[in-house]
Amino acid sequence: MNLTLFGFILANLFRRKARTLLTLASLAAGFLLFGLLQAVQLAFDRGVELSGDDRLITQGRYSFTEILPIGYRAQIAAVPGVELVTHAQWFGGYYQKQSNFFPNFAVDPESYLDMYPEFLISPEARAAFIATRDGAVAGRSLAARFNWKIGDRIPIMATIWPRAGGALDWSFQLVGLFEGRDETARSQEGMLLFHHDYFDEARQFAKGTTGIYIVRIAGPELADRVAAEIDRRFRNSPNETKTGPEKAFNQSFIKQIGDIEAIIAIVLSAVFFTLLLLTANTMSQAVRERTAELAILKTIGFSGRRVLGMVLAEALLLCLIGALAGLGLTALIMPGLAAAVAAWFPGLGLVTATWIEGLAIAALLAAAIGLPPAIAASRLTIVAALARRIA
Amino acid sequence: MIGPLRRMLAVARLGLMTIPERLGTSLVIVVGIAGVVAMLVAMLAMADGFRQTLASTGKPERVIVVRGGSDNELSSSLSREQVDIVTQTAGIRRDATGRPLASPELYFLAELLSRGERNPSNVPVRAVGEMAFALRPELRIVEGRRFQPGTREVMVGRAAAGQFENTGLGDLLPIRDGDWRVVGIFATGGDVHESELWVDAPQVQAILKRSGSSSVTAVLDSAAGFADFAARLAGDPRLTVKVQRQNEYYAGQSAALNAFIKGLGYTITAIMAIGAVFAALNTMYSAVAARRVEIATLRALGFGGGAVAGGVLLEALLLAAVGALAGMSVAWLAFNGMTVSTLNFQTFSQVAFAFRVTPGALLQGAGGALAIGLFGGLLPAWRAARAPLTGALRAG
Amino acid sequence: MNDNEQQPLIRLRGVGKTYRRGREAIEVLKNLDLDITCGDFLALMGPSGSGKTTLLNLLGGLDHPDAGTIEIGGARLDRMSDADMTRWRAAHVGFIFQFYNLMPVLNARQNVELPLLLTRLGAGERRRRAMIALDLVGLAERAEHKPRELSGGQEQRVAIARAIVADPDLLVCDEPTGDLDRATADEILGLLQILNREHGKTVIMVTHDPQASKFARRIVHIDKGVLQAAAEAS
Repeated sequence: MNLTLFGFILANLFRRKARTLLTLASLAAGFLLFGLLQAVQLAFDRGVELSGDDRLITQGRYSFTEILPIGYRAQIAAVPGVELVTHAQWFGGYYQKQSNFFPNFAVDPESYLDMYPEFLISPEARAAFIATRDGAVAGRSLAARFNWKIGDRIPIMATIWPRAGGALDWSFQLVGLFEGRDETARSQEGMLLFHHDYFDEARQFAKGTTGIYIVRIAGPELADRVAAEIDRRFRNSPNETKTGPEKAFNQSFIKQIGDIEAIIAIVLSAVFFTLLLLTANTMSQAVRERTAELAILKTIGFSGRRVLGMVLAEALLLCLIGALAGLGLTALIMPGLAAAVAAWFPGLGLVTATWIEGLAIAALLAAAIGLPPAIAASRLTIVAALARRIA
Repeated sequence: MIGPLRRMLAVARLGLMTIPERLGTSLVIVVGIAGVVAMLVAMLAMADGFRQTLASTGKPERVIVVRGGSDNELSSSLSREQVDIVTQTAGIRRDATGRPLASPELYFLAELLSRGERNPSNVPVRAVGEMAFALRPELRIVEGRRFQPGTREVMVGRAAAGQFENTGLGDLLPIRDGDWRVVGIFATGGDVHESELWVDAPQVQAILKRSGSSSVTAVLDSAAGFADFAARLAGDPRLTVKVQRQNEYYAGQSAALNAFIKGLGYTITAIMAIGAVFAALNTMYSAVAARRVEIATLRALGFGGGAVAGGVLLEALLLAAVGALAGMSVAWLAFNGMTVSTLNFQTFSQVAFAFRVTPGALLQGAGGALAIGLFGGLLPAWRAARAPLTGALRAG
Repeated sequence: MNDNEQQPLIRLRGVGKTYRRGREAIEVLKNLDLDITCGDFLALMGPSGSGKTTLLNLLGGLDHPDAGTIEIGGARLDRMSDADMTRWRAAHVGFIFQFYNLMPVLNARQNVELPLLLTRLGAGERRRRAMIALDLVGLAERAEHKPRELSGGQEQRVAIARAIVADPDLLVCDEPTGDLDRATADEILGLLQILNREHGKTVIMVTHDPQASKFARRIVHIDKGVLQAAAEAS
């Protein structure tokens, strides 16, 4: 092997194989955790990312659980700047057992699918959904979770909406599947949609209402004006409304679960602080052991800056290998993990941004642990270091 | 048994005496383990605190009746007739004037702003009559007064008052059909009601044009009478309702989030623990390397391999114990009693709870720490016991 | 390689060096004058604490004098910054130490190649020159061995190869035989003599070795920081 500066640095890094490998293993564990927690954060964010800038949500003034008259649809559609209106009612049903939770909504099929082009559905399935009164469409991952096939009758138990007469068992005919256009939209594949008209006719109470309206506007810059105008039209009615961007609506749910971002940040800072101490110890040990060698390098003409660079490069190499191992491990287990938890927690994934952030953190870590010993090494006075060796 | 043990202690003590010389390395095992323990204890304290807050709500002799098929009050609705039938069912305790201690209550959501937040949070509102107070003697007013029946006045639970804007006496809150005036702050011993807003039920029913309720909470003659009472409701053909003991109902609401927090907590700490084992291995290997000459000398003096290995292991376990104590202290000081609030997935509403560091959590933390110490110490101990004597002695 | 043998390569005038230990100032070298001609082989001898290692450090460009001038091949070492001195060392001086000071992670050839990393030479040329240097010290066949697989004498030969690989004018040796047995020490001194006589290297060597006088051209005794006498070697 030819001698190169890189080869020399690498050889120095692995001089104490056991120590370096153990340190790398700790680093890898830390970055695995980083990869997984970033995936969790991402999954939470995806619902928000999905929100369109040109979509507004109109809900009851006091709570999104209030019901609004179905007649509002036409009135909202008449507001200047509004391009499309659809509506959705949270159904809150479950399949077989209550713990089999998944989102399900009563919607107006045609306008809902028009509203969300990010959900891809075949023209046949779309036509069948619109045409079939008790028809339903499921996201691909939901159908896979319960092994539903097109044509199946899906029994759904209601928790909020009994049928007329009080019975809670509903049933829908699965006429098609939809899938997400991209990674973000795929996080919504755990959803079931069925006909509002069928639902409204069969339910026990609150007929002629829906939960929320989703409004597409001509451009994001119209959002404030259109929202204000919609709410103005229903002011002082028994069903006042509150309209805002879809993003804010989705965000408020995530926010309410807790400050996920803060919790993850706390966990990760604890992890990285520990790693910092651990690798700093490894690095300073490695440099301390080599004081005499570093003095020799300087004696034969390696400049202080070059020695600084070599020690820093060694720290960087240590941290980068650890980070790559940890993130690589994340990438390895992510597909299986994401598939396993997709039903309860869709949208897990390892994205490029996480790789970049992880490597950036590794570089910062390297600077933090490498700089003190590197500076010490570069300032090493040859005479003193050699004298110590001989003494 | 005494002999080997004493030798082990002697080796360990020698090891501990040299720790100041390799403080940095020894700190690695301590900090690594402290991090794991602090994380585990904090996550468990969160899960335990949440469960405790919900589970402490209610008493076994109290029951809550919701519509069959609903697992919570938010999705439940009972008609006026059903409410009357439930209220008149035998087995419910009666007050001095002979009225059943049963409270039909309406449960719905309002949106308030958390302090420092721009997005509104869902806050549960409970609309009650006077019976609600009669069957919850633990409720006390900490500020102001109760609402006047027939008015748009609201009492705010102590936890909600601490969390949301405009919850001081005299403030106005948008609940339904305009603003309601805050007239009191109440406490219920730290349970889930403290995250609620209480208002007058007839007033709400008038506004919503609803005559029914979400649920009926009642006090039974005795806790033992539950089965009979439940059977009576089940046997009534006019009803399809679900009855649960109040404490079990609330404990059930915590199950999902509790399992989520614990699952996440165990996963995170398991990965951290693996990292910490490697760190511990590093510490103990370098401890053994640093003490190579000393260990060889001990061996030459006649200390057995077992005593040397035991001594090294003991040192690892002691360092682990220090880490465990540090981690527990951090978790305790930073988190115990800290109040946070989260979304109760069952009712889409905010519930405030306090972290609770329980003995069980501490015990798990200690167990984890010792396991890490053990795994981190075993191989280096083995190496110490097996190290060749001659080379090490000459190097000295 | 140098024709002008009688011209002084190194000229020290009034050189002084003082170390501080706590409040105490120790004057290691006092007003020292010394000329060393090109192609000389100088043995610096003296008891411990005499200042010979300090003098060697000054001559090798590892340290600055507190007083006086040091001129080597026209360069004023006493006026150089640390960075300039580092560059100067890389170009002009080869170092040989008592404990060889090889890099344990590198094999013999890579150790020899190390100073060439500071040049612009390509990998192939670096390797070739390292092999020439190793061949010169008679260790070509041990090129791929790590230092711990070599004997002390072999390690010192690798160190000498490392010192000459960049073709410096000056070899600075600090007790090069201090850790070796007699026979091996003679081999090493012989090798230094060859480098001096056949390759024109100027050699300055600090030593306690009484046999050194057989190999050196000139012996300088130093005591308490003052040069005692300069004797022509046999």
